[in-house]
Amino acid sequence: MTSGTVTAPQSAPAKPQRAHLSDRARAERNLGFKLVAPALIVMVAVTAYPLISTVVLSLQRADLRFPDANKFIGLSNYGAVLRAPVWWQVVWHTVIITVVSVSIQFVLGMLLALAMHRMIFARGTLRAIALVPYAIVAVVAAYSWNYAWSLTSGWIPKLLGLSSDPLSHPFGSYVAIIVTEVWKNTPFMALLLLAGLALVPDELLEAAKVDGANAWQRFIRITVPLMKPAILVALLFRTLDAFRIFDTIYIFNQGANGTESISMLNYSTLLDRLNLGLGSAVSVLLFVFVGIIAFVFIKGFGAGSGPIGESS
Amino acid sequence: MKTNSSQKAWWGAAFAVIVVCALVPVVWIIMLSLKTPETATDGSFIPHQWTLSNYSDIFKQSVFTSALRNSIGIGLIATSLAVLLASAAAYAIARLKFPGKQAILAVSLAVVMFPQISLVGPLYNLWRQIGLYDTWPGLIIPYMTFALPLSIYTLSAFFREIPWELEQAAQVDGATPFQAFRKVIAPLATPGIVTTFILVFIICWNDFIFAISLTSTNAAQTVPAAIAQFPGVSQFTQPIGDIAAAAVVVTIPVMILVLLFQRRIVSGLTAGAVKG
Repeated sequence: MTSGTVTAPQSAPAKPQRAHLSDRARAERNLGFKLVAPALIVMVAVTAYPLISTVVLSLQRADLRFPDANKFIGLSNYGAVLRAPVWWQVVWHTVIITVVSVSIQFVLGMLLALAMHRMIFARGTLRAIALVPYAIVAVVAAYSWNYAWSLTSGWIPKLLGLSSDPLSHPFGSYVAIIVTEVWKNTPFMALLLLAGLALVPDELLEAAKVDGANAWQRFIRITVPLMKPAILVALLFRTLDAFRIFDTIYIFNQGANGTESISMLNYSTLLDRLNLGLGSAVSVLLFVFVGIIAFVFIKGFGAGSGPIGESS
Repeated sequence: MKTNSSQKAWWGAAFAVIVVCALVPVVWIIMLSLKTPETATDGSFIPHQWTLSNYSDIFKQSVFTSALRNSIGIGLIATSLAVLLASAAAYAIARLKFPGKQAILAVSLAVVMFPQISLVGPLYNLWRQIGLYDTWPGLIIPYMTFALPLSIYTLSAFFREIPWELEQAAQVDGATPFQAFRKVIAPLATPGIVTTFILVFIICWNDFIFAISLTSTNAAQTVPAAIAQFPGVSQFTQPIGDIAAAAVVVTIPVMILVLLFQRRIVSGLTAGAVKG
């Protein structure tokens, strides 16, 4: 495109353009709808049917082993789930894993983000290496750590001088699972925080330094408040993801040793025991939990203006 | 800021710690894949006897080779479809004025937060009824759906950075909005699209929940699901060497992508999260 063809017609249609504005605006609207429609339809269709079907199934006695005994039973499935001790156990397991692993990820992620932000040499290399755990297949990460912790094959029990298998009891299993989660997910946390760090102006930090603020004061009083949106987004994403933990536990022990998570219970009820009614009730309850977490972060702390990216 | 030698030493130490923490599990699984079956459980970090037999072993098993083919095919198709649909939507969101933008972003956010396990039961049921269970489309459809939100966020963030005056110039020249998109903006948008493609491909490549729930045979099983179901010598012993070798093979493609496109991936992952 040459500049001549750009400039020439520009002055001429200035007036007629105004008359066509509503036409153009309408065309733009129509094009907008057409461009957005396919993606929207796919997302709604693929998630709405299962969602509705889950809610409907959760109100029925639906067991694939007894397909003829299907029957509407109201909220009985929910009653059965909420009365079952195993439900509250898996909720507790999931909360422990989520809180501990996300807290550690946040602290380490912040340190990693600061290191990536301020590193004085080989910054590109550092970022590439820090991305490695993020890119690794979750199942591979779980196997690597599982074999590393196992007494029969691993180097960690040797290193720590353990004589019993750490994976044979709950505490060791939790430590191993949380280490795996932290290793796999800290880079993503760090990247989200790094984006927030980039928004903190250096002049402000320099000014505070001149005024006598030490490094910790500068971090707490300036850096953290300014990057609060990024922190909330990172915590929201990671909390939701950690709460749905499945792959790592499945590979480690399929929920043995008291490590069963809500997603594990959901999976085994649906696909091992084929009890779609009870399993669907668990799904709906998990969905409600996720909704509550998102609501607390978005409404309570004001996260979410960031990821939508449309707030302004 | 001036850097003195003690500062350099501190940064060097930090660098070393990060590198060791990030890479030890990767090196470990590689070492494990190079051990002979007899020494696989000796617990040493460095193999005492080195071998490549685990690799030749897995490539002789159809369960692995077909899983590799399924992973690549399903991943590429699902990613292409997701990026195609998301490009159109992201262009509209970044560029056009129309009501309902908030709706698509809200739906995307809801899909991101959706517990995938909640989809598994109904999809398993439905797929069995309509014959999509254990087929490529049976995995492509959920992968594409869950990749769409990230694709839309990332692409609309990239698209906002594009100098749109060029598009206006093309429109003034008489191009329709669609022509302006195809001939002027699409080439400028390519880097963002490539980045999104890589990020989405990694998501599809990594999936485990859908793969173990919606497939059962070589017809559609992907590598993560196949690894978890490798046949051992007996029911109670896992074929550690085979699993480790398969794990390394499935890791290599993503590792290459990440190392090659490190800068783009960092900007892509952060672009959607914080408005620039």
